[in-house]
Formats: sequence, structure tokens, C-alpha cells
Amino acid sequence: MGKQRVVEIMVGLFMAAGFVALFFLAMQVSNLSAAVNSDGYQLSARFSNVGSLKARAPVTMAGVRVGRVERVEFDTQSYEAVVTLRIQAEVDTIPDDTFANIFTAGLLGEQYIGLEPGGSLDYLRDGDEIAYTQSALILEQMIGQFLFSKAGGD
Amino acid sequence: MLLEGLARLGRSGLGVLARLGRGHQLLGAMLLGVGELLRRPRLLIVQIFNVGVLSILIIVVSGLFVGMVLGLQGYYVLSQFGAAESLGVMVAASLVRELGPVVTALLVAGRAGSALTAEIGLMKATEQLSGLEMMAVDPVRRILTPRFFGGVIAMPLLAAMFSAVGVLGGYFVGVGLLGVDAGSYWSQMQSKVDFDQDIVNGVIKSVVFGVVVTWIALFQGYDAVPTSEGVSRATTRSVVHGALAVLGLDFVLTALMFGD
Repeated sequence: MGKQRVVEIMVGLFMAAGFVALFFLAMQVSNLSAAVNSDGYQLSARFSNVGSLKARAPVTMAGVRVGRVERVEFDTQSYEAVVTLRIQAEVDTIPDDTFANIFTAGLLGEQYIGLEPGGSLDYLRDGDEIAYTQSALILEQMIGQFLFSKAGGD
Repeated sequence: MLLEGLARLGRSGLGVLARLGRGHQLLGAMLLGVGELLRRPRLLIVQIFNVGVLSILIIVVSGLFVGMVLGLQGYYVLSQFGAAESLGVMVAASLVRELGPVVTALLVAGRAGSALTAEIGLMKATEQLSGLEMMAVDPVRRILTPRFFGGVIAMPLLAAMFSAVGVLGGYFVGVGLLGVDAGSYWSQMQSKVDFDQDIVNGVIKSVVFGVVVTWIALFQGYDAVPTSEGVSRATTRSVVHGALAVLGLDFVLTALMFGD
């Protein structure tokens, strides 16, 4: 009986340790803790080219993450990319003349959206669209323009 | 002469098919024993102890070392691209997706699978299984089913421990030894490792490996030639077939999960 009890306790500990490890993987290693937090409000923005922007890319203001890209869609009417952003609820004072840029973290890093606040006193609310946007800088195009201007200058 | 060769080929082909058939019969019989197992959970607990608890040490130590090696190697490659901050992503993704389930399954096949085969094979050789049958106790339901489910339950838990310890091992080497920033180690990992895509798929993999490794180990023991030589061959085959099945299935599962 005593030995059986020890075996049962060890198995209980083993199962608990296994679930703790799974929980650790879910909360600390993966993005589950961030994904659960789906509150906040939505904004949309239209870009003529989003480059390689993906869903779940960060949205930053002054370099601080204030939200995530929820999805990137293509508008068949205007041939533009429609990006839906989910902004944290605390950040509720984004002026309605805010500028949305697509930046790249480092030379080859992932792309993210940087918001530059304007001076308006009216704030964007859930479902609003950011009117002022700038497309992603495509490295190949920039190099092409640079070479072209060099050639033209000579 | 030619006919003799053909006949030999046919015999071995039929032998393989018959073994496959017996294996699936055994799997079916083991699964049918679930009801009885639920009435005697003690049997299951003892087997989880044998497969799971007794494997913890080797799993945790291997996980730690694999994580530390990933930290060193990953840092070496990533720092050449100026992306040493992504070390956490590399360590976590490769552990959770591949190394955790696969290395755990290989270790369990060697540590617990061989023991299962030897145990069942010896029971058969010493006619304990026939003895049970004489007493009108179904040996498959009484002996094999608890071992099967013990392995299937223990495997994903062991794989999760392996991955978790490995991530910590990578942290010790990357952050403690090589000076990667601790914040970016965790934050890049969290932003790139997806729960549904990576963690759930890793758990599915390790459940499949748990089924395959324990099934092969039990079948090799149950189907062993009841002599000491037969049991020793069955034990070898259990580890070899188990490891090959795990690696082959890993490719198939990876292609299905991450192929597109």
C-alpha cells in the first residue's frame, strides 16, 4: 500500500510537471498571451503597396507598440491594400490626421506600421479609417531609383 | 531455381503482410480494452510511472543540453547576419516544432520501449501470458492496454518538458553566456512562435509518436519468438523500427502541417 501510494504521488507530480511545461510553452514561449488580449478597437488604413507586411505585425507610436495588424486584404475596386489595425483600448487619443507609415525594422527586418500623430483635436474611434498613409519602401525600387538618378546626373 | 527465388520472395512478402495484420489486430484489441482500463485506473498509473516518471531524468538532461547547443549554434549563425536577437525564436521554434517531439520519442523508444518489449517478450517466453489466458483473463486487455495508454499519455507530457527545459537551456547560454538581450530573447520568441501553428502541432506530433512507439514496442514483445534469442531480437527491432517510424512519420506530419 505504501509503495502504491508513492507511485501514485510520483505520477501525479509527473502529470502536473507536464502540464506546467505545456502552460509555460503556451504563455511564455508562444503568442497565446498576446492573442487572448483581443480587446481594443479597430482602425483601417489603405496603402498602395504594403510590401511584406503580415498579420500580427506590430503597430507603433514613437517606437512603442500600441497595437497589432489584424489582417491585410486587397480591395478589388481600388486596387489598394486594406490593412485592419487593432489598437489597445488605453491608446484612445490618436488624432484623426495621423500619418500611417510602413517601416522596416533594420535593413532586412520585418515590416511594421508606425503611426505619426498629427495636430488635430479630434480623435480616431473604432472603425475609422486613417486617411494619410505612406506605402512600404521597396528596397529594390529604391536601389533602382538611386541608380537611375546617378546615371542621369552624370 | 527461378521458381524457388520467386517463392522465397512471395513467402517473405506474405510474412510482412501477416505481421502487419497481426499488429493492427493487436492495436484494435488494445483499444477495445479501454472500458476495462477505466474501471482499473491503478494499472494505468503504474504504467505512466514506468514510462513517464522514470524517463523524466533523461528527458530533462537531454532537453537542457539540446537547448544549450541550439543556443550556441544559433548564436554563431545568427550573429553573422546581425540577428543574434532572434536567438529565442530559433531555439523555441526548432524545439517546439521538431526536436522536442522527435528527440523525446527516440529517447522513449530507447529507454522505455525496449523495456516494454523485453518485459512482454519474457512474459510470453515464460508462458505467463498463456497462464493468464488459462485463468480466463485476457492478457491483451490486462497487460498490454494499460502499457499502451501509459505510453500515449506520457509522451506529450515528456515532450513538453523537453521543449520547456530546452528553451531555458538556450536562455542560459544565449543570455547568460553570450550576452543576448534577455528582453528580446523572450519578446521575439513570443511574437514569432504561434500557439496554434507551433505548439498545438508539436503536441499532436508527440501524441502520434507516443502511439507509434508504444504500439511497436508492445507488438514486438507480443509477437516475439518465445526464446531468449527471440526476445533479444525483438528488443533490437523494437528500437530500430520505433526510431525509423518516428523519423519517417515526422517527415509526413511536418509536410502536412507546415508544408504549404
